[in-house]
Amino acid sequence: MADIKIGAYVCKGCGLGERLNTAQLITVAQREGKAQVVREHEFLCSGAGVSMIRQDIEKEGVNHVVIAACSRRAKTEAFGFDNVAISRANLREGVIWVQPDTEEAKEVTQEMAADYVRMGCAEVTKMQAPQTNPSHGNNKRILIVGGGISGMTSAIEAAKAGYEVLLVEKTGALGGWVAKLHKRIPSHEPYADPMETGVPGLGRQIEADKRIKVYLNSTVSRTSGAPGQFSVDISKESGGTSTENIGSIIMASGFELYDVNKLPELGGGKSPDVVDQAGLEKLARAANGAPIKRPSDGKEIKSVVFVQCAGQRDPSGKHLAYCSGHCCNTSIKQAMYFKDSNPNVDTMVIYTDLRTPGNGEDFYRSAQRKGVTFIKGTVSEVVPGAELQVKFKDLILNDDAVAKADLVVLATGMVANSGVDIDAAEGAPNIQGQGAGSEAKTVSILNLTYRQGKDLPLLKHGFNDSHFICFPYETRRTGIYSCGPVRRPMDAQQAIEDATGAALKAIQAAENAALGRAAHPRSGDLSFPTFRREGCTQCKRCTVECPFGAIDEDEQRYPQFNESRCRRCGTCMGACPVRVISFENYSVDTVGYQLKSVDMPDQFSEKPRILVLACENDAYPALDMAAMNKIQYSAFARVIPVRCLGSVNTIWINDALTSGYDGVVLMGCQKGENYQCHFVKGSEIAQTRMSKIDDTLKGMSLEVERVRTCEVAITDIQRAPKIINEMAETIQKIGLSPMKF
Amino acid sequence: MSELNKVMVEKYRNDFLKEVEANVEEGNWVKMCMQCGVCSGSCPFGPYWEHPPQELFMMIRAGKREEVLASESMWMCTSCYNCIVRCPRELPITHIMHGLANYAHRLGIAPKMNPTRRFAKLFWENIIKGGRVNELKLSIGLYFMDGFSNGVKKGLEMLPVGLGMFKTGRLNPFGLLSGGKCKGAGDIHKMLKKAKEIENRRKGFAP
Repeated sequence: MADIKIGAYVCKGCGLGERLNTAQLITVAQREGKAQVVREHEFLCSGAGVSMIRQDIEKEGVNHVVIAACSRRAKTEAFGFDNVAISRANLREGVIWVQPDTEEAKEVTQEMAADYVRMGCAEVTKMQAPQTNPSHGNNKRILIVGGGISGMTSAIEAAKAGYEVLLVEKTGALGGWVAKLHKRIPSHEPYADPMETGVPGLGRQIEADKRIKVYLNSTVSRTSGAPGQFSVDISKESGGTSTENIGSIIMASGFELYDVNKLPELGGGKSPDVVDQAGLEKLARAANGAPIKRPSDGKEIKSVVFVQCAGQRDPSGKHLAYCSGHCCNTSIKQAMYFKDSNPNVDTMVIYTDLRTPGNGEDFYRSAQRKGVTFIKGTVSEVVPGAELQVKFKDLILNDDAVAKADLVVLATGMVANSGVDIDAAEGAPNIQGQGAGSEAKTVSILNLTYRQGKDLPLLKHGFNDSHFICFPYETRRTGIYSCGPVRRPMDAQQAIEDATGAALKAIQAAENAALGRAAHPRSGDLSFPTFRREGCTQCKRCTVECPFGAIDEDEQRYPQFNESRCRRCGTCMGACPVRVISFENYSVDTVGYQLKSVDMPDQFSEKPRILVLACENDAYPALDMAAMNKIQYSAFARVIPVRCLGSVNTIWINDALTSGYDGVVLMGCQKGENYQCHFVKGSEIAQTRMSKIDDTLKGMSLEVERVRTCEVAITDIQRAPKIINEMAETIQKIGLSPMKF
Repeated sequence: MSELNKVMVEKYRNDFLKEVEANVEEGNWVKMCMQCGVCSGSCPFGPYWEHPPQELFMMIRAGKREEVLASESMWMCTSCYNCIVRCPRELPITHIMHGLANYAHRLGIAPKMNPTRRFAKLFWENIIKGGRVNELKLSIGLYFMDGFSNGVKKGLEMLPVGLGMFKTGRLNPFGLLSGGKCKGAGDIHKMLKKAKEIENRRKGFAP
C-alpha cells in the first residue's frame, strides 16, 4: 500500500458550514489524518463538488477518499466513485443534527466532528477498493427440486425469463399434490366455486418449452459448489447419475400430510369412512361430479362432517402446534363438491376458528349460501360404525352435542418435506420446536456437501428458515431458495405466487454470482473475505459460526471460503480469535484504527467517550432517523457502523477499554425465533460472545456496566438515542475510566 | 300443540333451519351468520337476553326448535337497528328477530305472558278496529293488562299527566266513547283479510 493517496473533503452545506469550524477540520484531516489532498466545498454533493473530487481522483491520483459530510446512507449515488476506497465521516446526522445549536455546546460539537474526521481518515488508510471476487462462476442454469405446482411454476417463470431450467421430480409424474385434487380453491373473481387445478396446462407448457429439462423418478444425490458454479448429481431411481453444472437452486420439495393414523380418537385409521382431505379428493375424483360414494360400502353419502384443525394447533405438544392455513378453504371447497352435486346432502364444518385468508371470505360466504352449515366447536371423538358419530362441544351454545354422518373428513395439517434437520443433535427424536407431531426426517433433499450439513437450516416446526416479512425466499444457503409449503404452509395459489418470487430470486442470485457480487442483503457488494493462512490456528470457529455455511474446510483443515456463497456479514471476522480474516474494505483494522484515532481527553476533563458499534442495517439507520427528527444524544458518543453485530471482534472492545473509552454500547438486531437480524444468526452470536465480556472487564478492574449490548429495531428512533444517553448517565454515576493514558 | 305447529313439525321434521328459511321473515339470511357476535355486543339490551341474536342463529342451525320458538329472547328487540348497521355479513337481524317472534306467535308457541307480545297484540287489535290508533283506549288497555286493581293503581299514578294533557288539548276524554275511526274502516278490514289470506297461502299456514 505504498501509494495510498488520501483525499479528504469537508462539506459546508446543510448548515455544516455555520455550525462547525471547517477550517479546523481540514487541518485535522491534514495533520492527523495524513490526507495529502484536502478541500472544503460549499455544497459537496452538487455537480461541482462531485466533479472536484472526480478530478482529484483522475488528475491528482487520489485513491482513498474521505467524505466529511452526511451519513453514509445519504447521497450514495453522488459519492459512489468506482475503484477508490471511500470512507464517510458523518458530520450531519452524526453531529450537528443531534447536538444543540447553542454557544455552550459549540466546543463539544466541534470535538465530535473532528473525531469523526479522524476516524474517517483512519478507516480509509486501512481500506482497499474492493476488487471483484476472483473465483466466481458464470453458470446461470437453474435447478428446481420438486415438480409440484410450485416447482412447475418456478420452471415456467424462469424459462420465460430466458433461463435454462432443470426440473427434478422424485415421482414418475409432475403435478405433486395439486395434480391429485379434484378441483382447487378459486383464485379469481367471484371466488364462489371450486376451479380446475390447471396442472395439465402447466404440464403442456413445460413439455413445449425447450429450455426446461425434466428429470422424472430422480433425486438430487449431491450438491456442491457455490452460486454460479454448483455441481449437482441427479440420480435416477433406476440407477445412473448425471452431473450438471448449475447457477442457482430452487427447493420446492413441498409437504406431506400429517398422518391420520396418529388421530385414533378422531377415528383416524379406525374406519374407512374417516378420511383426510387427500382421501376425500380421491373419492371426489372417482365420482367426477356424480354423487360421492363412501369407501366402506359404496353407499351414496348423504351427510358429511368436516373436522377442522385435526391434529393441528395442538397446545398439548402431541400433534402439530401450528395452523396449516389452507385447510379451512379446502374443507369449504370439499363441502361444495357435495352441495354442487346434491344440495340435500348435509354438510357440516366443525371449526374452532375459521381462517380463510385472501379472498377466502367470499368463498366462505358462497358456501354458506349453498347451505353448508358451520359450527364453532371442538370435536372430542369420532365413534366408528355404520353411521359415524361425531361428538363435539358447541362453543357458541356451550353444549355437548353429537352429529351423525356417513363420512367424516379430518383436516390434517401440512408437514414440511424439508430434508434432515442439520441443527438437531444426532439421534434426537424430534425436530426442534415441533412437538411430538412429526419425527425428524432421515432423507436429505439436496445432499449438500457443505460442512454445516446436508440440507437447508430450519426455523421452527420443521419448515425452512426464511424471514417471512423481510426476506421470505432467502434461506441460509446462498443461491438456494425455497418456495411453496416447504417454507411455510400455504395453498396452491400462494404457492404459485411464492414460486414466481423464488424464480426471480434464483435468477438474481445467478446473475450476481456471475459478476462476483454478493446476494441479499449486501447485494452488489464486491468485497469478499480473505484470511492470512500463516496465522490461522485451524480453530474452526469461522466454519462453525458462518450463518450461511459458506466456509468449508480444505484437506489441510484450513478454512475454505466459498466467496460466492458469502453474504459479507463478517461473522467469521468477528469470530476469529487470531484476527486473520478480513475484507478489503472492512477488517479488524478498519474499525480498530477508527476507534483508536479518537482524541481521548484525560481522566479529569469530565469529557467521557462512549463507543457505539451500531449495526448498519437497523441501529445505524435508526440513529440517522433520530437525527432527522433532531433527537439529541450525548456529544461524547462516537458511532461506528458495523456490517452486523456478528462481525464485532472482541478485540475492538478490548482496544476501546484499554485506550480509555468509558463505555461501549453495541446495537444489533433482535435475535431468537422472531429474529430481525439480516444475517439471521449474527446478532445472536454476538450476544453470546459478549456474555463473556464481563470477565474481561473484571480482569481490567472495570465496572461491568461499561459495556452494554442491546437489541435495536429500525423503528427505535426514540429508544436508540436514549440508550446512548443512559450510558452517559451510567458513566457519570460510576466515574470516568482510569485507563486513559 | 296448535294445529299449525303440528303441521310444521311434520313438514320439516328435524330441519329447523329450512323451516325458518321458508316461514320466517328474512329467515333465509340465518345461514349467512358467521358467529362474530357483533350483534350481541351492539344490542343495548344485550346482557338481558337469554339468547342473544348470534346464539339464536346458532340454535336454529343446531335444530333447537322448541328452545328457540318458546324463547323470550327475540321479543326483547326494540328495533334500534344497531345490529343491522354493524353486522359485517349484512344480516337484517332486527327483521329476523321480529320474524321469529311473529312465527312463534302464529304457531302458538310464543310465551303467553311476554309483555312485548301482549302489548303488540293490544296495539294490533286497537289499530285494526278503526284503522287508526285510539291512544286513550290503548293506554287504558295497557294499564289494565295485569288485572283491575293494578289498572286502577297505574291510572291514578298517571292522573296528573292525563290532566295536564287534557288542559292543553292533547287528550279528548270522549275518545273513549267515540272510537275515532277513520273513513272507510270497513275497507281496511277487507284489505287486511285479503292480505292475511295471501300470507297464509304463501307460507302454507292455511288449514
